Amino acid sequence: MTTLRNQAVIAGVAESEIGKVPGMTGLALNAQAARRALDDAGLAPADIDGLVTAYSVAEPYFMYGTVLCEYLGLTPGFCASMTMGGATGAILLEHAAMAIATGRATTVLVSVGENRATGLSRDQAVAALAAVGHPAFEAPYGPLIPGFYAMIARRHMHEYGTTREQLAAVAVQARRHASLHPNSHMKHLITVADVLGSKPIADPLRLLDCCLISDAAGALIVTTPDRARDLQRPPVWLLGAGEHHTHEHLIAAPSLTRFGARESSEAAYRMAGLGPSDVDFAELYDCFTITPILEAEECGFAKPGEGGALFADGATTLEGRLPVNTHGGMLSHAHAGAAGGLLGIVEAVRQLRGTEGARQVKRHDVALVHNEGGIMSSHGTVILGRDRR
Amino acid sequence: MNLPLPVVTPETAQYWDGARDGKLLLQRCGGCRVVRFYPRRTCPVCWSEDAEWIEASGRGRVASFTIIHRPPAPAFAERVPYVVALVDLEEGPRMMANIVGDRPLDVAIDEAVDVTFEARGAIALPQFRRSAP
Repeated sequence: MTTLRNQAVIAGVAESEIGKVPGMTGLALNAQAARRALDDAGLAPADIDGLVTAYSVAEPYFMYGTVLCEYLGLTPGFCASMTMGGATGAILLEHAAMAIATGRATTVLVSVGENRATGLSRDQAVAALAAVGHPAFEAPYGPLIPGFYAMIARRHMHEYGTTREQLAAVAVQARRHASLHPNSHMKHLITVADVLGSKPIADPLRLLDCCLISDAAGALIVTTPDRARDLQRPPVWLLGAGEHHTHEHLIAAPSLTRFGARESSEAAYRMAGLGPSDVDFAELYDCFTITPILEAEECGFAKPGEGGALFADGATTLEGRLPVNTHGGMLSHAHAGAAGGLLGIVEAVRQLRGTEGARQVKRHDVALVHNEGGIMSSHGTVILGRDRR
Repeated sequence: MNLPLPVVTPETAQYWDGARDGKLLLQRCGGCRVVRFYPRRTCPVCWSEDAEWIEASGRGRVASFTIIHRPPAPAFAERVPYVVALVDLEEGPRMMANIVGDRPLDVAIDEAVDVTFEARGAIALPQFRRSAP
């Protein structure tokens, strides 16, 4: 049986301009991130023979992958556009690696981004996101995306005693980490009191428990270990990848406290031959403050019910035993559709290289990135390493 | 602006017809006997297409809930703050509804609730109210 372990490396990463970037379309943001990622790798557009991307709510083209190829003048032999919500980034990396491992492509551009902040009005954005609810059995009740996660948060609080303060700690840490990132959307520091006093959105979640809406794109250059050998950056190795899908709509979720992040991360650990204690730092999808708490439990960094304490005790800060969301995550660095998850992979690669200055974590041999889409519906986990294993 | 109406399909028409008659209808699989929600042609457990409609008792318990303060669309603005809940029916399935009626904002997890129906356009939307003690 073949495995993806050690079969593909990330040779280049980049972000577009991030925040409110009114002069750029989503395609332009993708192109900027792609150009920068190629520069980071020391490669040229002609080296790309595969492209995978996501979708765009702000620019809803029918076939986003081929539209992006057309925009960039690429005519690859491998192309796909995937719609797995926030899980798309990690799953795209897995699919790029599968194409490389099977010889279908040698150098794949993974590019994801949208102009969500300026390409949609606030009401259009909310209306577009309302489509996440089931059109007959959820949407008529006015649930709002934060409301879905609020119901999960309340159940976690009910079963385990997770507190509002613990949720707030996630947002406070994310903001501090983002304040040390040169390209993050939100940099001013916040306190637990700020989070608890922010505008109520969907109780128990408040405004600062919710991720941003940004214009942003991220890109990866994924290639073969052989191709990467003489490139300018040390390669970052894909050691493990997993995905798992349990439902789309919250009414069909098998549980409100136990999610497919467990199977997804277990598959990635199995492939990598590693376990949670081998992970030096993690980038965990944080659409809301409850989300990384759940994922920390499901990925084996805390026992069920102890994810809130993991964050509140400071274990997940840059100085802690398991730094989480070292760039500030989607709560503070950037959130633009599927790009939010992919930017966690960009950050993990940079941290593994050891180039991040004030934000650099001390131990940086192995990173786990978990992406999640829908309402804890689709999960993708990748484990990345500085060395082949 | 009007509140959103459910998208009705041939697979769910009977559910909405039942609601108009004040009944909460569920499907029970003729193959594996599992009661499912939401209604659909194919059983998600055994893939049988054989199903019968049964009338639910209308009793359930709150699995979780949220109080929405920011309306998802202008039509919901006059309703805020309102409760969106996940209700576990006596028959097994879980569904979503608003908690309506007397002091809905005081609802709690595990609290007993009873079905009621809200007229919305030509539709009757199943909702739940807190059970009388």
